[in-house]
Amino acid sequence: MIDLYDLYQELILDHNRRPRNRRKLEDPSCQAEGYNPLCGDRVTVYLKIEDSVVTEATFDGSGCAISTASASLMTESVKGKSLEDAKALFRKFHGMLTGQSIETADGPDLGKLEVFSGVCRFPARVKCATLAWHTANAAWEKRETVVSTE
Amino acid sequence: MITASDSRHAPPMAQADAALDVESIRRDFPILRQTINGHALVYLDNAATSQKPQVVIDAISRYYAEDNANIHRGVHALSVRATDAYEKVRITVQRFIGAAEPEEIVFVRSATEGINLIAQTYGRSEIGKGDEILITTMEHHSNIVPWQMLCRQTGAVLRVAPINDDGELILDQYEKLLCDRTKIVAVTHISNALGTINPLSEIIDLAHRHGARVLVDGAQAAPHLCIDVQALDCDFYVFSSHKVYGPTGVGVLYAKRELLEEMPPYQGGGEMIQSVTFDETTYNDVPHKFEAGTPNIAGVIGLGAALDYVNGIGLDRIAAYEHELLDHATHALAAIPQVRLIGTARHKAAVLAFVVEGIHPHDVGTVVDQEGIAIRTGHHCAQPVIDRFGLTATARASFAFYNTREEIDALAAAMRRVLEVFA
Ligand SMILES: Cc1ncc(COP(=O)(O)O)c(C=O)c1O
Repeated sequence: MIDLYDLYQELILDHNRRPRNRRKLEDPSCQAEGYNPLCGDRVTVYLKIEDSVVTEATFDGSGCAISTASASLMTESVKGKSLEDAKALFRKFHGMLTGQSIETADGPDLGKLEVFSGVCRFPARVKCATLAWHTANAAWEKRETVVSTE
Repeated sequence: MITASDSRHAPPMAQADAALDVESIRRDFPILRQTINGHALVYLDNAATSQKPQVVIDAISRYYAEDNANIHRGVHALSVRATDAYEKVRITVQRFIGAAEPEEIVFVRSATEGINLIAQTYGRSEIGKGDEILITTMEHHSNIVPWQMLCRQTGAVLRVAPINDDGELILDQYEKLLCDRTKIVAVTHISNALGTINPLSEIIDLAHRHGARVLVDGAQAAPHLCIDVQALDCDFYVFSSHKVYGPTGVGVLYAKRELLEEMPPYQGGGEMIQSVTFDETTYNDVPHKFEAGTPNIAGVIGLGAALDYVNGIGLDRIAAYEHELLDHATHALAAIPQVRLIGTARHKAAVLAFVVEGIHPHDVGTVVDQEGIAIRTGHHCAQPVIDRFGLTATARASFAFYNTREEIDALAAAMRRVLEVFA
């Protein structure tokens, strides 16, 4: 039997109760809005990127415990990373949740993000955990499109 | 395999005053015998789709094992048998909703397709620029989007009658929105998101006084209420087989005969024609004009078995029993201080929607699922009404006559577990 606390680990419950970096950024380099039509969750991710380094990452919006905690932990883990490393982290996190983690074994260290490893046993909740990451990915890709067309 | 003898699966006899024998009814639904996550399954997502009694499952497999043939187009024995079985269900449905004639019953794919059919046939031919279509805040997406599409195609305008904080239609506001440009009123019989039963007689009467036609979305009503389309005097009525204990893939469209006669066909193909040359086609009579192509024969036969089963128990007794369940559930959940009920209309059926302070419905759904309890969470395909309550999602328990008070107590106990996890 699956244990509920595989999903709702203490760190997740804590980030749900007290989300970190939950605020709008006044002068982001890029931002994107993510929407999960299944549960109505909405999240906006704001990023400040300077010299290819994510110097600031925040989010705002409302969602379930998994998506709120994931957004909170996402901002903590990409902040201070190079854009390259942040993208690699996204790929590895995504791989862990969708069960394709084998080939990403030698990617960056997931660190605290490992608390989401139990989510893949709750298929209905995988999208909640990946929403903020997809949104961050959309934000930095959008910035690149803008940059490349300048 | 079709070894089940008819007597074993015969529906319980209807006795108006006798209480339902729920234990015996539950034995008719094989799916209910399983455990989920180590707990007996508690299925409280009946508004999404209902479970199927063995008689329905048997009717479908018996059809494929013994009678399968295409209908209306063969002289051989199987085709005659299949056609008979299919057409008999038209009469069962006619009686089930109190229609004047079986020809007023059109088999479609779903309630959704029924609404789209009306929008694209009646709507396209009768509605023009500046005309108005009136719906309500509590409609399911399938009674919103087809009208938006029609408005885009014709230049008509969509109007929305508001509801109050209990989730009841505000009748005088509705009346004010009616005018001589109103061509169609499309309204749900029972709201899937709130459980509200709408006062259809008043709604229809007012609409007719302004010369508007009325489509009733009966998707949630068919399993819970006695329907009498003639007494209601609605022009169109739709429902889905799968919500009334029948199979998926079949829906019913009722329309008054004179409207069906006038309406252009929906799709072209076999079955809906009388004669075809490359220059001209004569359409078949109603209702066949609207049933192009080979229909879902097995599904229609399954629906017939489902309606026979429901009739065997009796909708009056079903409604009375489900009302008790709803009362019990309302009290059980209202007793939890952190729970807020969404949809507190005076007249309600079988649906209990709620939110829990500080806990997202999705998390509620996951925790109770661990206890084997199936509820729905999200916007229930009725986003505008969820918005109306300032929410993005709710949790919803919805009941059928095979549910028990003990199952509702299990939900209440699981809710306390939800509060524990997120304390
Ligand atoms: C009120 C209402 N209308 C329409 C529908 C659409 O039914 P279907 O998806 O079977 O076409 C539903 C189903 O959820 C409903 O609850």
